[in-house]
Amino acid sequence: MMQKKAVALISGGLDSMLAAKVVMEEGVHVEGLNFYTGFCVEGHTHAIRARHQARPKRNNALWVAQQLGIKLHIIDVSEQYKDIVLRPKHGYGQHLNPCLDCKIFMVNKALAWGFMDANGFDFVITGEVIGQRPKSQRKATMPIIAKESGADDLLLRPLCAKRLAPTKPEREGWVDRARLHGFEGRSRKPQMALAAQLGFTDYAQPAGGCCFLTDAAYAAKLSDLWQARGERDYDLDDIMLLKVGRHVRPARHYKLIVGREAGENRFLEGYRKRFLHLRMVDVEGPLALIDGAPSRGDVRLAARVLARYSQGRDAAQVGVSAHHTNGVTEALQVVPLPASEIPRAWHV
Amino acid sequence: MSEATERPAGAPDASNASVHEVDARGLLCPLPVIRAQDAAGTLAPGGLLDVFATDPGTLHDIPAWCAVHGHRVVGTWRERGDIRIRIEVCET
Repeated sequence: MMQKKAVALISGGLDSMLAAKVVMEEGVHVEGLNFYTGFCVEGHTHAIRARHQARPKRNNALWVAQQLGIKLHIIDVSEQYKDIVLRPKHGYGQHLNPCLDCKIFMVNKALAWGFMDANGFDFVITGEVIGQRPKSQRKATMPIIAKESGADDLLLRPLCAKRLAPTKPEREGWVDRARLHGFEGRSRKPQMALAAQLGFTDYAQPAGGCCFLTDAAYAAKLSDLWQARGERDYDLDDIMLLKVGRHVRPARHYKLIVGREAGENRFLEGYRKRFLHLRMVDVEGPLALIDGAPSRGDVRLAARVLARYSQGRDAAQVGVSAHHTNGVTEALQVVPLPASEIPRAWHV
Repeated sequence: MSEATERPAGAPDASNASVHEVDARGLLCPLPVIRAQDAAGTLAPGGLLDVFATDPGTLHDIPAWCAVHGHRVVGTWRERGDIRIRIEVCET
């Protein structure tokens, strides 16, 4: 029999690593796919925030591929993924996480990529475990993912296969069903035991924390963006900026994005030519971008808000420069807004 | 992890016309990796690719990507604050 080829969804977490390894042990040639949606937590947080700099700056999916000794193909799906975020057929999870639609989308993309003539793969692997995730990884959702992705019985879940109907790779003997697993539930112990058995001593945190859409604070900022604009849409810069800074919205038509530390200020600097932005004059303070269409009065108020987060917060008056996108710089003298006068509702 | 160094004497010259260039400055990982991957896919074995980036994560991620695909990192340099990584595309 010719060696079979499987394409594995690799998130960078433990489950997908184990699933790929289990199938590799069956003599199958495995290559990994990782999808860039724009909502990934790891790399960007490391890149932006100075306080995360001490942590290893590794891409977990690439690291997993290195441990497995397989190729990893990273695909930018951020534009197509908008449709999943904006119009999820199966709805959202606890926040704005369209986990079930996301899984269907990714399996479908893996199928399309793997079954291209040039690539010639035979089946798709995921690290799904029944009962592991409340929205997408339930016994009832497994067949929905298989069917709606178009993969049908070419979708193999090696970690819980024994609890599901045999797939084509099992029926045809491409893999031995007896050597697959029947994990179920939220406990991580079976995976950790399997990791130890397979010789993995280091792996990323359990899956689920890798997407900003599962984060309550991030979801609130995205909802606020849609509400303020009066439409549910976004571009890549929008979702990047939601990951950064303190977002303060004094009115529906504008908000401030204020850097919270040096790393965020550096990141925001990259956007300064595209936004009206404010800087402190003479005293240390963060950079603030203004998103929206503020009036002159709004800019003054924004300057007072910025001053509150500067070293001049207790001064009677401080200088702030407002840099407009047309190149005009305006010098302002403002009274820092006391913390008590910034309504809680302004904090997005 | 590869550490970029200031461009030493003898480091590749940007005017080398046979080197394909990818400008990934201002992009955060994994986008520079994706740009490099897409460009590498258009080159024959032996082709050279220079990736220009600003995200320090590229210093780890691009060599890691090269390692899993069997490509070779020829060198890594810092030039005026930018990171420059030269890749030789290999038969994989």
